[in-house]
Amino acid sequence: MTTATNRPPADASDSPPGTPLESARSLVSVRNLRKVFPITRGILGRKVGEVRAVHEVSFEIAEGQTLSLVGESGCGKTTTGRAILRLIEPTSGEVRFAGKDILAMGPAELRAIRRQMQIIFQDPVSSLNPRMTVGAAIREGIAIHRLAEGAAADAKVGKLLDEVGLRREYASRYPHEFSGGQRQRIGIARALAVEPRFIVCDEPVSALDVSVQAQVINLLRDLQKERRLTYLFIAHDLSVVKHMSDHVAVMYLGKIVEQAPAEDLYREPLMPYTQALLSAVPVADPTVVKQRIILEGDVPSPASPPSGCVFHPRCHHPARDAACSKINPPLEEKAPGHFAACIKQVPTTVSWEEQLKAGGVNPPERYLPVVEQLSRH
Amino acid sequence: MTQPLLSVENLSTWFHTSSGVARSVDGVSFAIGAGETLGIVGESGCGKSVTALSILRLIQPPGRIEAGSRIMFEGKDIVTLDDKGMRGIRGNRISMIFQEPMSALNPVFTVGDQVAEVARVHGNGSRQDAWNRAVEMLSLTGIPSPEERAKQYPHQLSGGMRQRVLIAMALMMTPALIIADEPTTALDVTIQAQILELLVELQNRLGTSILMITHDLGVIAETASRVVVMYGGEVVEEAEVKTLFAGAHHPYTEGLMNAMPQITASRGRLNVIPGTVPSPTEWPSGCRFRDRCSYAWERCEREHPPLYQISGSHTSRCHLAVEPERRAHPHLPLVEQANATV
Repeated sequence: MTTATNRPPADASDSPPGTPLESARSLVSVRNLRKVFPITRGILGRKVGEVRAVHEVSFEIAEGQTLSLVGESGCGKTTTGRAILRLIEPTSGEVRFAGKDILAMGPAELRAIRRQMQIIFQDPVSSLNPRMTVGAAIREGIAIHRLAEGAAADAKVGKLLDEVGLRREYASRYPHEFSGGQRQRIGIARALAVEPRFIVCDEPVSALDVSVQAQVINLLRDLQKERRLTYLFIAHDLSVVKHMSDHVAVMYLGKIVEQAPAEDLYREPLMPYTQALLSAVPVADPTVVKQRIILEGDVPSPASPPSGCVFHPRCHHPARDAACSKINPPLEEKAPGHFAACIKQVPTTVSWEEQLKAGGVNPPERYLPVVEQLSRH
Repeated sequence: MTQPLLSVENLSTWFHTSSGVARSVDGVSFAIGAGETLGIVGESGCGKSVTALSILRLIQPPGRIEAGSRIMFEGKDIVTLDDKGMRGIRGNRISMIFQEPMSALNPVFTVGDQVAEVARVHGNGSRQDAWNRAVEMLSLTGIPSPEERAKQYPHQLSGGMRQRVLIAMALMMTPALIIADEPTTALDVTIQAQILELLVELQNRLGTSILMITHDLGVIAETASRVVVMYGGEVVEEAEVKTLFAGAHHPYTEGLMNAMPQITASRGRLNVIPGTVPSPTEWPSGCRFRDRCSYAWERCEREHPPLYQISGSHTSRCHLAVEPERRAHPHLPLVEQANATV
């Protein structure tokens, strides 16, 4: 069992950095990660505002496990993944990999640690150099990190191609000669070439057809088992996420709004946004009668996020009231290991007195609209 | 069956390229009744989008609708219509909603202008009438404050809003048929739910027929009443939605359903269809799915399967229909056997 390891602090935004909560088995630990992009205007680049792409994000991933970040476009999931690898410099926060502070590292140290931290991109077409043979692309990392040379490196490339289900002779071909699924396998082989322990998978199957998508999902799972890999899996497709994850964190407007073991989250989503997200997924079964929650409007601009709970303008919780627009909901433990940010979902640490003071009129109540539909299967 | 609204008969659209003839759509037939939603499902390269473009005669050279194809719509054969006749149908009686709302809209005109343009091209009212109707349509598709939105440019709208604009555009002339080609694929899931609900609601209100083209079986299950499954430029299975999801007959449909991660299913290994879709310039002989099929036997290589009738209106292009006992003997598909020998 994997309790305790993926728990964020009871109140991520308030806890001081460095709270000793990571267990010995957690490989990646992220605390209060923030990334702010400035909005500039004019030739002088005058700053006229800022976008809070990632706001106070905290999570941990135990070795050999998968944490998925899900959310819709612009929720900050990709920025989070890149900030952890420092492909984008985070504004503040803490990222620890195997106990080492990634954000404090100099260039040389960072290059060395990146051998253990790799990324697989969504679009295998644009992430492969069209002028490099597949073999050369895979060899690049091996050479940079001096893992093997000459015939030994060739043998390693051959073995990697085997492992991802491609023929060895493909090493001398170019990316354009392959289909989307094969290119994604090449991307995986390239990430594996340096023998990483941790891989950020950024929408790795979104661009693939259903039948090929299943092949790649199975491959990622097999590799995880064989090599004891740790994944941060970034995706918008909740069905794919369900098949991949041990833990799931749902993001909305740069914040984690719910986080739980995968089974718990899908069985009993507590945050109204997660409920809407799950109920919106089309189910390939015409006999299922759905009680779908249709959200009004669009996601607000991250440049001017709503006050209080970022989801309150679109929320369908029956107890939603003025307090939701005033109080910043803490990501709190609603059930063992199950964290959600909603002051109207019981239990909550935000007292009724506090809510009254903020203009609240509806006491918190238990609200689980999609549970019935999903549990019928 | 009463006279269908649209009937596609033996449609073949081939692309005559320097590297060979790509038979992207190869003898496709189906029909849509008035007020019905027909789904076409398949993966990239199966010919579903080329089928849609053929119905609107939007095929560019080297592509060509081949002799012997017929597309009957309101008593006329679209294939043989002249350009003038075609302009009377396109955007007027049959309209299309494209996948990518950003590239389907012109960035330098306001959305109101672009929606109104449809009426200016097809109608005979004044500019002001066209504009008013555009605002009315934008409002019908659930765009808040449509008067103001109509004066905005595409980049000022979100993806979901843009897709609503395209739907408004498609509805301008109250067409008899709307072809929706992956209308929600580029959208987030909560916005997709909004758009699908809107389409179903508008259809109930206006009685329009919809040809829903998608790769997503979930979208099909929720919107269509009948489904056509395409593979390798052909229809491989057709059935009522409930019949198909209760028991697909063709091994490809079966594979597609099993390969789809389901939110209602428990976590576990997914079933896969091995290999990839063959190239349209070199479809395999016999059954086009045989390399990837776990039931294929020698007949599948020798004999191109016809569409067998399974029951009622359920048809399947698979020899298992006449040799059902073969289903008890699945084996490793050819593509996997080939890989294993390397």
